[in-house]
Amino acid sequence: MSVARTLRTVPTLLRVGVAETVAYRGEFLIWILTTTLPLVMLGLWTKVAEEEPFAGYTAAGFTAYYLSNLIVRNLTGSWVAWQVSEEIRLGSMSMRLLRPLHPMMAFAMSHLAAVPFRSVVALPIAGILLVSSGASTLTTEPLQLALLVPSLVLAWMITFTTMFMLGCLAFFMTKSMSMMNLYFLLFSLLSGYLLPIPLLPWWIREPAEVLPFRFMLSAPIELMTRSLSGREIAELLASQLAWALAMLAIALWTFRRGVRRFEAVGG
Amino acid sequence: MIRARDLKKHFKVHKRPPGFASAMRSLVSRKYEVVKAVDGVTFTIERGERVGFLGPNGAGKTTTLKVLSGLLHPTSGEVEVEGKVPFRRQTKFLEAITLVMGQKSQLIWDLPPSETYAMNRAVFDVPHEQFKETMAELTELLDLGPLLDKPTRQLSLGERMKCELAAALLHRPTTLFLDEPTIGLDVAMQVAIRDFVRSYNQKHDATVLLTSHYMDDVVALCPRIIVIDAGVLIHDGDLRQLIKTMDPDKRVTFTLTGVVAEDEITRLGSVLVRDGQRITLRVPEREIPAVVGHLLGPLKVADLAIEDPPLEEILRVMFGRAREAAAS
Repeated sequence: MSVARTLRTVPTLLRVGVAETVAYRGEFLIWILTTTLPLVMLGLWTKVAEEEPFAGYTAAGFTAYYLSNLIVRNLTGSWVAWQVSEEIRLGSMSMRLLRPLHPMMAFAMSHLAAVPFRSVVALPIAGILLVSSGASTLTTEPLQLALLVPSLVLAWMITFTTMFMLGCLAFFMTKSMSMMNLYFLLFSLLSGYLLPIPLLPWWIREPAEVLPFRFMLSAPIELMTRSLSGREIAELLASQLAWALAMLAIALWTFRRGVRRFEAVGG
Repeated sequence: MIRARDLKKHFKVHKRPPGFASAMRSLVSRKYEVVKAVDGVTFTIERGERVGFLGPNGAGKTTTLKVLSGLLHPTSGEVEVEGKVPFRRQTKFLEAITLVMGQKSQLIWDLPPSETYAMNRAVFDVPHEQFKETMAELTELLDLGPLLDKPTRQLSLGERMKCELAAALLHRPTTLFLDEPTIGLDVAMQVAIRDFVRSYNQKHDATVLLTSHYMDDVVALCPRIIVIDAGVLIHDGDLRQLIKTMDPDKRVTFTLTGVVAEDEITRLGSVLVRDGQRITLRVPEREIPAVVGHLLGPLKVADLAIEDPPLEEILRVMFGRAREAAAS
């Protein structure tokens, strides 16, 4: 399918995606609630840093970090692995394979359509962040603020393609969800979701700085909460772009290999 | 046009006896078995043909349809549909075919069918004018009007099947793979779907390959049948000819209007069914004129019907012979 033709499908797919999000609003709200773990961590770490800064983070610093964390996670999180895995397991992926549109594109549009609904949660948190003690530690650099949008887009892409690839593992193993548990463990630890990467012991921090997890979550948070040099910003965005392209290629490759093994069960 | 040559599709299946010990053993050492779902099938179907694809459960019908529609990669052999290799799933190929599975839905479950149609229009790049025209045609033929804006989950099985057919045909495919399209539907709905498939085939010169457990679907729609059992093709040819070869005798059914001696009936043919005054006889074709003359004359019967043997009976005999041949 040509790029021009694929692009022509975008408005309709987004419109149908919005209708689906509205139809599944209950599930959607529950999913949003599952992304609130940073609030627990916020309570914990502001208590730790109440008296004096901990590893360079003040209580206000932790507030800014975890509220930013919540916003980024809310806007970039993805549940596509569960959908893909379930559709492969039950055979309903067949119906997608009969359409001249790559299933990854169809899922991507459906997920992007949900972003405005996610901001229902993200925007009030942003409001709270701006009036909280954490506001004082947020960046005021115009360049960093301007680059936040592309950084969020790239973080979404890395997360979405990684999750799509994990879902595709169902082509190779009947119960690929065990891989999801492993993924979430690594993500929580290495992305900055549970605690800022600089707080990790060196033997975890060093790999965490180069692995994709940091660029799914921590990168936009770093742009929001740290004062970065031009070189650091360029490295951060270049790494995000590189991981986005790499994960896209890996996800497409996994899908293509997986389809060869597809058993299209049922029916 | 559909062409399959020595088509094979084998699956590797994990085998494990029941019980805790075997479950534990399977953690370290797994035994696999190769299941030959389709094992060397060859056939050609010309453009515009309507062909019934028959076989018992697990014969390999659905697997063959999935290979032909590009969902499964064949283990070996050659397959060509509309001049394309299905598993490559090129856009031109996907635009030319459709697969309707009675037990799988392509409609978005919580949204009205009209949303799936809009999505299919965009994905198949159907021009707006053609979409409107096709939608109007399908709405009229399938009586979809009241269903278009109801959430799919609230549709009855028959209503959903009609909407599925519309979704599958919106892009005007020229090859239709229909896998049990009437499963679970009442008789009236089965007839409606059959009529629709026939009219679509005639109007668009579309090729139809149909599997169904309802032999009435096959008899009504398919002049030709392909029969497969245990992954192997056991018959490919004209449906009437098959019936004639397998069982040339006719079934003569009538209702007696008075008292008739038993030997009066049995000398006309062998009694297959007797339900009160309603009787079905098996009669050699050449004797039909004499038997009918006798029934309508001296015996004065009512509701006389002469039919071919039911396809179910023919297939049962056929599968039995195939199994015996395989066993020997």
